[in-house]
Amino acid sequence: MAALRGVNISIKDLTHRYNPKCPLTFDKVNIEAEPGESLIIIGRSGCGKSTLLHIVAGLLKTTSGTLHLNNEAVQGPSPRWVMMFQAPHLFPWMTVERNVGVGLYFAGWSKAKAKERVDEAISLVGLEEYALKNTQDLSGGQQQRVALARSLVMEPELLLLDEPFSALDAFTRTALQKDVRSIAKKMGFNLLMVTHDIDEAVLMADRALIMAGSPGKIMHDINIDIPDPRDRADPEVQRMRKDLMQSFHEASHAPMDSSSNTQMSSSG
Amino acid sequence: MSNDNSEHVGGINSLGRPIFNWFAGLAILFSLWWLGGFYLESNPDTANFADFGPIPTFKAYPGLWSDGTIPSAMMSSGYRLACALSIAISCGIPIGILLGRSKVFKELSNSPFQLLRMVSPLSWEPIAVIVFLSWDQAIIFLLSIASVWPVAFATAAGLAKVDPAWFRVSKNLGASHWHTLTQIILPAIAFDIMTGIRAALGVAWIVLVPAEFLGVTSGLGFSIADARETLSYDHLTAMVLVIGVIGYILDSICGFIIKNYCWHRAQ
Repeated sequence: MAALRGVNISIKDLTHRYNPKCPLTFDKVNIEAEPGESLIIIGRSGCGKSTLLHIVAGLLKTTSGTLHLNNEAVQGPSPRWVMMFQAPHLFPWMTVERNVGVGLYFAGWSKAKAKERVDEAISLVGLEEYALKNTQDLSGGQQQRVALARSLVMEPELLLLDEPFSALDAFTRTALQKDVRSIAKKMGFNLLMVTHDIDEAVLMADRALIMAGSPGKIMHDINIDIPDPRDRADPEVQRMRKDLMQSFHEASHAPMDSSSNTQMSSSG
Repeated sequence: MSNDNSEHVGGINSLGRPIFNWFAGLAILFSLWWLGGFYLESNPDTANFADFGPIPTFKAYPGLWSDGTIPSAMMSSGYRLACALSIAISCGIPIGILLGRSKVFKELSNSPFQLLRMVSPLSWEPIAVIVFLSWDQAIIFLLSIASVWPVAFATAAGLAKVDPAWFRVSKNLGASHWHTLTQIILPAIAFDIMTGIRAALGVAWIVLVPAEFLGVTSGLGFSIADARETLSYDHLTAMVLVIGVIGYILDSICGFIIKNYCWHRAQ
């Protein structure tokens, strides 16, 4: 699979509410990211982080504000920015190979033309021997790997991840966290992920954005400058974990007023 | 070791018991039939109806087969059933998909469909005879209108159960409306469609015989009516048995397809 390029992400004053009678989901969110950067949004349930991700994926409309990927306004879903959901949501009537290649089929690729790229994506997630199996025969972790391969095969510029490892056991989760980060770095695409898990943020992100409040706001933007490969036991990882935890608590308990709308702090 | 043996014996039992019970159920049915036939034959008041018994019935089969009665009735009824099911499937699936996908269509069609569904298919017969040029067409219409509802409602029910995330994922991967229909919706609800077709087949098969009682000069229903007119009770019972066996085979084929070709795994 060819090395990919990432995108410039530019989100300005993004605001969302589900309908005019609903309160704001989040308010005046601003995010900028360079090509190839991995951003993780951490926040409690209900702060609007998943909604924000769905908007970036083009699956939901914004209420106000602008969202550009490489200076191009996001109008809807595109294979260039692919989302991985909390559950793998594989198509159970298809084999692993067919699930992985389905996006290419939608894009009009012939089976023969797609074969090489599909095989490569399957081998990238280490599921070569399962290629012809039905996805219902796979474990939860293997299914999430298939979902990852299905996203990677599209050679996206931005991979959006909505807590994709939250339902997995600790061993599988750790393995996938490492794999996704190393694949993203190797191929050069951006990651934008939401999670509740501070450890996940430290292990996977270049920057952690802490979102809190109702409506949600980005309270802190923290650089995580730790060399790869990252290990939980590494003192630097432990220290960053503590810093993030402290910032997370500060953000969660900070009083909310209009002046804090665009407040951000940087550290790390 | 003893555990292995007990599991093995359990395996044989679990395989053998259903087969044994299948034969035992049929044996009970045939015994009751034989007893009924014996009663009819041994009672002077009912001896004229002794041909309803199993022995005269089975004796009638070679003649009914060799004179072409059974093959020709099967062909005629099979043709009508195939046409009607094709119409029911080709109308029922799109109607079901519209019901499942369009709230407006569902609201608009709910009362007319529920009303039409509750009309006995055979009550359309006088209208069908006036509207259609041939009896064949009229019967096909009756069977179609009887069998379209199970397909449509099973399709709609299947669609209501489809994981909405599949639509989000396919949209995210760039699926067009056509791809969503052919690659997501239809495979996702194949089980429900097949279950609907199975139910439709059962309804159509039940409606077929009374529909063929009137007007037509071919088919399984006609053969029964003809046997009754000529007081050939052995022929009548033989044709009833043919209807039962064919219906059972068709239903089993549907069951086999559902079990082996649909993606749902038994829980």
